Amino acid sequence: MTGHADVVRVALPAHLRTLARVQGEVELQVPGRVTQCAVLDALEARYPMLRGTIRDQRTGKRRAFIRFFACEEDLSHEQPDAPLPEAVAAGAEPYLIVGAMAGG
Amino acid sequence: MSGVRVLVGTRKGAFVLRSDGKRDRWDISGPHFPGWEIYHLKGSPADQDRLYASQSNGWFGQLIQRSDDGGASWEAVGNDFSYQGEAGTHQWYDGTPHPWEFARVWHLEPSLDDPDTVYAGVEDAGLFRSADGGKHWEELPGLRGHESGPSWQPGAGGMCLHTIILDPSLPGRIFTAISAAGAFRSDDGGQTWRPVNQGLRSEGIPDPAAEVGHCVHRLAMHPSRPSVLYMQKHWDVMRSDDAGESWHEISGDLPTDFGFPIDVHAHEPGTVYVVPITSDSHHFPPEGKLRVYRSRTGGDEWEPLTRGLPQEHCYVNVLRDAMAVDSLDSCGIYFGTTGGQVYASSDAGDSWAPIVRDLPAVLSVEVQTLP
Repeated sequence: MTGHADVVRVALPAHLRTLARVQGEVELQVPGRVTQCAVLDALEARYPMLRGTIRDQRTGKRRAFIRFFACEEDLSHEQPDAPLPEAVAAGAEPYLIVGAMAGG
Repeated sequence: MSGVRVLVGTRKGAFVLRSDGKRDRWDISGPHFPGWEIYHLKGSPADQDRLYASQSNGWFGQLIQRSDDGGASWEAVGNDFSYQGEAGTHQWYDGTPHPWEFARVWHLEPSLDDPDTVYAGVEDAGLFRSADGGKHWEELPGLRGHESGPSWQPGAGGMCLHTIILDPSLPGRIFTAISAAGAFRSDDGGQTWRPVNQGLRSEGIPDPAAEVGHCVHRLAMHPSRPSVLYMQKHWDVMRSDDAGESWHEISGDLPTDFGFPIDVHAHEPGTVYVVPITSDSHHFPPEGKLRVYRSRTGGDEWEPLTRGLPQEHCYVNVLRDAMAVDSLDSCGIYFGTTGGQVYASSDAGDSWAPIVRDLPAVLSVEVQTLP
């Protein structure tokens, strides 16, 4: 699979797709280095209704029941400014925003 | 022809129930925001088509939704509820200091005369206000910052500000209630506050008659007699005839005076409704019989209203924000249960019928009377 060099693919959980009124993956132009923080900045800029649902609006801290996965790795505890894997930056693999598994 | 719109918040979404003035046939829409907890939704008294809804869940936090067309469509507006200044601490269940942390919006109270102004009562207890239709929220920090704040403690449901009443006769007078801190009054639009709990007695706190620490479950006021307040406390049904300065008990002949909601007839300021619940450890109606109690004497003397309500094997609860009245000539009363039923009476409580039976657990019920 190949991705557009400067488009990052983001997969949202179902509730956030509904909230943002999108279906399937979201494709984002991410300026500069492709980090988790840069991807989330771009996501929230395009879909302002998602602000506060993934990370705290003031501190940027990931919400407790949110996880970040990519390339079969758990990136939830990586530094927000650490670069994402090349395959994500190149659009070959999606950046997954996942609601932690919990029933109810 | 006049009609009503009943706004129902549940554990798994919101529902809008519409009927004409007869209130015997209902159009039901929903779930709106399926899968989300809708603690409360309420319409603006100044614009019947302006609705606000509190949407939240444990994964994605708090959202506020606004409708400008009576609930047909919704738009997510602002959701930044940041406390002003140092958040400080309150008491935890074990009496130790615990940081003030925002959890959710329990109650939305639109202004009486401006559709763009709305108040939000939140957990951990605080009062916020938006003057731009919910886009931006600012705390009114005088309440949380009251000198008694560090001694407030959560009730079983969390430390929530669940009741906001705007006095229609005195601009700037606001009543709020917090579990488990008590009732508070502001006379300056929410800038400064003082506890109004004199006369309350609560077991489970070191001083049963303390100025704060009471688990007030709900306050109600009739707009034509705003100095008279009714209160359903954790235990005890109470009344104030002086805008909260002092309270006296009106539980009278109720089978139990534990409960959550309390409301007032739209045209009879002395007619009050409660739903007695067995006890603080048994959150279901006594004897498995769902009974609304009505007092036509402003308290003390109560009559059970049972026609159309289940009188055996009923073990639901009715939560504090889940009762409302309409203002049609024959006053309608509505309440929702944790079993998912929404009951309506179009004759002031004499008889009841379910509008719906199988919704998710009902958290709140509001009603709008439409021209």
